[in-house]
Amino acid sequence: MTFTAPVLNYTILSPMLIVLAGALIGVIIEAFVSKAFRPLVQLILTIGTLLLALVQVFRIRESESVTAAMGSVIFDGPGFLLQAAILIISIISVFLIADNENFTALAAAIPGSPEEHESIQQGNKVTEVFPLTLFAVAGMMLFPVSSDLITLFVALEMLSLPLYLMAGLSRRRRLLSQEAALKYFLLGAFSSAFFLFGAAYLYGYSGDITFSGIRDSVVGGSGNDIFLLIGIAFVSIGLLFKVGAVPFHAWSPDVYQGAPTAVTAFMAAATKVAAFGAMLRIYYTVFANAQWSWTPLLSGIAIITMLFGSFVAIAQRDVKRMLAYSSIAHAGFLLAGVIALNKAGLAASIFYLFAYGVATVGAFAVVTLVRDSAGEVTDLNRWTGLGKRSPWVASVFAFFLLAFAGIPLTSGFIGKFSIFSAAYESGAKGVVIAGVLSSAVAAFFYIRVIVLMFFTDSHEDATTVVIPSVLTRITVIFSFVITVALGVYPSPLIDFINKFATFIR
Amino acid sequence: MNISLTLLMALPLLGAAVLAALPKTNAVLAKQIALGSTILVALATISMAIGFERDNINLQYVESYPWIPSFGINYAVGLDGISLVLILMTTLLAPIVVLAGWNESQNGRWSTKTFYILILVLEMMAIGVFAATDVFLFYVFFEAMLVPVYFLIGGYGTGERSAAAVKFLLYSLFGGLLMLASIIGLYVLSGAQGGHTFDTQALSQLQMSSTTQNLLFLGFFIAFAIKAPLWPFHTWLPDAADSATPGTSVLLLGVLDKVGTFGMIRYCLTLFPEATKTFTPIIITLSVISIIYGAFLAIGQKDIKRLIAFTSISHFGFITMGIFAMTSQGHSGATLYMFNHGFSTAALFLVAGWMISRRGSSTISDFGGLQRVTPVMAWAFFFAGMSSLALPGLSSFVSEFLVLVGTFTRYPVAAVVATFGIVLAALYILIPVQRALHGPTTAGNENLSDLTLRERVAIAPVVVIILFLGFYPSPLLKVINPAATHVISQMGFSDPAPTQLGGK
Repeated sequence: MTFTAPVLNYTILSPMLIVLAGALIGVIIEAFVSKAFRPLVQLILTIGTLLLALVQVFRIRESESVTAAMGSVIFDGPGFLLQAAILIISIISVFLIADNENFTALAAAIPGSPEEHESIQQGNKVTEVFPLTLFAVAGMMLFPVSSDLITLFVALEMLSLPLYLMAGLSRRRRLLSQEAALKYFLLGAFSSAFFLFGAAYLYGYSGDITFSGIRDSVVGGSGNDIFLLIGIAFVSIGLLFKVGAVPFHAWSPDVYQGAPTAVTAFMAAATKVAAFGAMLRIYYTVFANAQWSWTPLLSGIAIITMLFGSFVAIAQRDVKRMLAYSSIAHAGFLLAGVIALNKAGLAASIFYLFAYGVATVGAFAVVTLVRDSAGEVTDLNRWTGLGKRSPWVASVFAFFLLAFAGIPLTSGFIGKFSIFSAAYESGAKGVVIAGVLSSAVAAFFYIRVIVLMFFTDSHEDATTVVIPSVLTRITVIFSFVITVALGVYPSPLIDFINKFATFIR
Repeated sequence: MNISLTLLMALPLLGAAVLAALPKTNAVLAKQIALGSTILVALATISMAIGFERDNINLQYVESYPWIPSFGINYAVGLDGISLVLILMTTLLAPIVVLAGWNESQNGRWSTKTFYILILVLEMMAIGVFAATDVFLFYVFFEAMLVPVYFLIGGYGTGERSAAAVKFLLYSLFGGLLMLASIIGLYVLSGAQGGHTFDTQALSQLQMSSTTQNLLFLGFFIAFAIKAPLWPFHTWLPDAADSATPGTSVLLLGVLDKVGTFGMIRYCLTLFPEATKTFTPIIITLSVISIIYGAFLAIGQKDIKRLIAFTSISHFGFITMGIFAMTSQGHSGATLYMFNHGFSTAALFLVAGWMISRRGSSTISDFGGLQRVTPVMAWAFFFAGMSSLALPGLSSFVSEFLVLVGTFTRYPVAAVVATFGIVLAALYILIPVQRALHGPTTAGNENLSDLTLRERVAIAPVVVIILFLGFYPSPLLKVINPAATHVISQMGFSDPAPTQLGGK
């Protein structure tokens, strides 16, 4: 038996390798740098790594390759756009993660135990989150550029495992946080099993695990259609779980609520980009010719997801849960872009993912600022009168909410318009109408928060807004500026995306 | 100096920027700057109106720059007679509202300067919504202008202000989203027929099946009917008008609601002529219902602000009827009606606002005998009421007459029924006039003060405009008529020849 050395195209892989290297260095720093310097060193390293990777992604943006790692990784225009989006969103969120108020002092200590007390008094910080973040980012970058089922699965686990851990690191209400982490892990494991099951059927159908091989079988139509249908269904379940589409959404409100808010921001924004990126690639290239088999089902899921997310969000009394349901509704809107199955749909989805991700990070960053003596206050009843006490923070939050609602002159409106018009163009009028109606419903609960903040007089146990630290301020300002800019003059980004938004096969 | 529409929109924004830079404490300076900016905008609009070529049916003051080229979206503005008249109305009303409501911002949640920033931003967006010739740009203004109004009602209103503001916003957003679906439909159709565009002119050339046209028409029409408001989409209006400050109500009913009727002319009629013909009977019926229903409910109101709101529902019924009668008199009358309604509603709301702030109550029965105590204020209210019931010699008579004549030639039954609205108008105006102004002075009214100099200065231009256009409406009609005839002829209608009954 001869062993063939794999041929790797290091240029194409370099952005991901940079992030992985940064993560490994981060682990070494955990071991060797003294406690006092760790937060600063880790922050600089993480930001530096991400920036370097971003620069590198931009440098290789013109290159295309289907065989970057022996056919396991594919790099093309959408791959570049998605990786760049993930990196930019991660950079913005890392500043928020670095704001140490959000994390427990010692993750290993039992909540309420003397060890925990001691470590809080020593002023310990869980700097492990930085390398964990980098590992997750590397997984997210790999996810949308994988071109076989095994790599796709590895990437899925690579991005998920650090997130399971990070979800449990909350400083306050630690039991809730740990419960969220466990729930996320168990349900994530379930969905991974579904995914693998589907992958096995796809292999059985086509005799191949690479995307191009499966696509050839789909195009040729020689295999057993039952296997294909089961394969598509179960792989879809795995992916729909990650994006939080109904009926695979059950984890997201609990995890969003329990996880440290900074992690929620990162997870909600970046995971969505990665998961939808992979989804777009699979549906647009591999399953495109079997459109008849999945479009009706996916349209149904999209409609249910939009309506369910919007309606259930109305009943929420906790700002993080409300944002969780709102993100479910947005997953439904994004599915409209997958269903569109045309170039406009791909470009619109990428724009939407980026715009929504940035606004999400910004909104959660604002949530971290509203506190009382026991930590963050997420009960909406206690957000009353916020506009009076801290007009700037409340105004910025209101602006993000208006962006989620898709009011013109925010990025959300351009995103909604482009994704719905792409879906309409492909004939999915039912999805568009459901989307428009659920936008109207969604507007209701976004506006209700604005009413609470501005038009309701505050109770006595009013919360205070802490003065944002420099780091959080960077996150909020960046997200705000991008959201405004993409709403007022989105043309440059749209043109840029259009230039690159073509999958190679 | 040549004034462009962009500059006209930039002026109020500039004023708002200056206000934003001011310290919060100097409320008087904020008011002065707001007044100065709105007067400047009004003067600029007048100079544009003078430069407007009346007989030229093409769009004038046209500007067009690419905004989002990959979607075919342009920043494109231009004026025809109809939009010029409405912009003129908006910019003339703005300084009057600022001056009349000098102390309106006192009871607000936020500072005086925020109030005026919102007013100025609203003025800019109102100009934009009337001037836009790109459907996408129109939609952006249409939706974005909800935000300042929402904060004006919720932040500076009285009573259940936040509930009213939310109701207003949700109704409008719902309509707007239906319109968005239709706009997306148009966009996709245009893409299939020679390239994505939002240009109103180009979109009116699209070929579409009658089902598509009907559906897209409904998306637009329902949005405008909510805005206008037409029965049965009107329920947000009385609450909003009740809670808003008088000045905000003037802008809401006088300017914002006109976007609905303007949109019907500009978009429903020109983009979907066939669907318009299909739905006309239904819409005429709804208009007549609005006229009668609004009038009856106005008669039954005890609260003076709600009364004015219901009279407006009746008046908007007239405007919609005039638009969909598809005759040039009906159209000209409807456009003139929009202009006149702006001023007569302004007069009613502003005077009512002064009465309410002096008496501390908006219930009609709390007033009485004002004629003796505050003669100037009473005469002003009387005059405003007469203008609202379209007394001959006042401007609204001309427009109401034109609408009825224009409707009668095509829909005689509707016109006859609508005429009853005029009779009811006499009731809903004369009853409060009699109760509030005449009769014995009610307890608590003895020491009310009459209008101050500032208030007299604010109401004087409104009175002058109403009187002047009542006797001599032709300057406006000369601007409106070519545009109205153009719309009608584009749709393939010609005015029916008047028929004479034989045998007499």
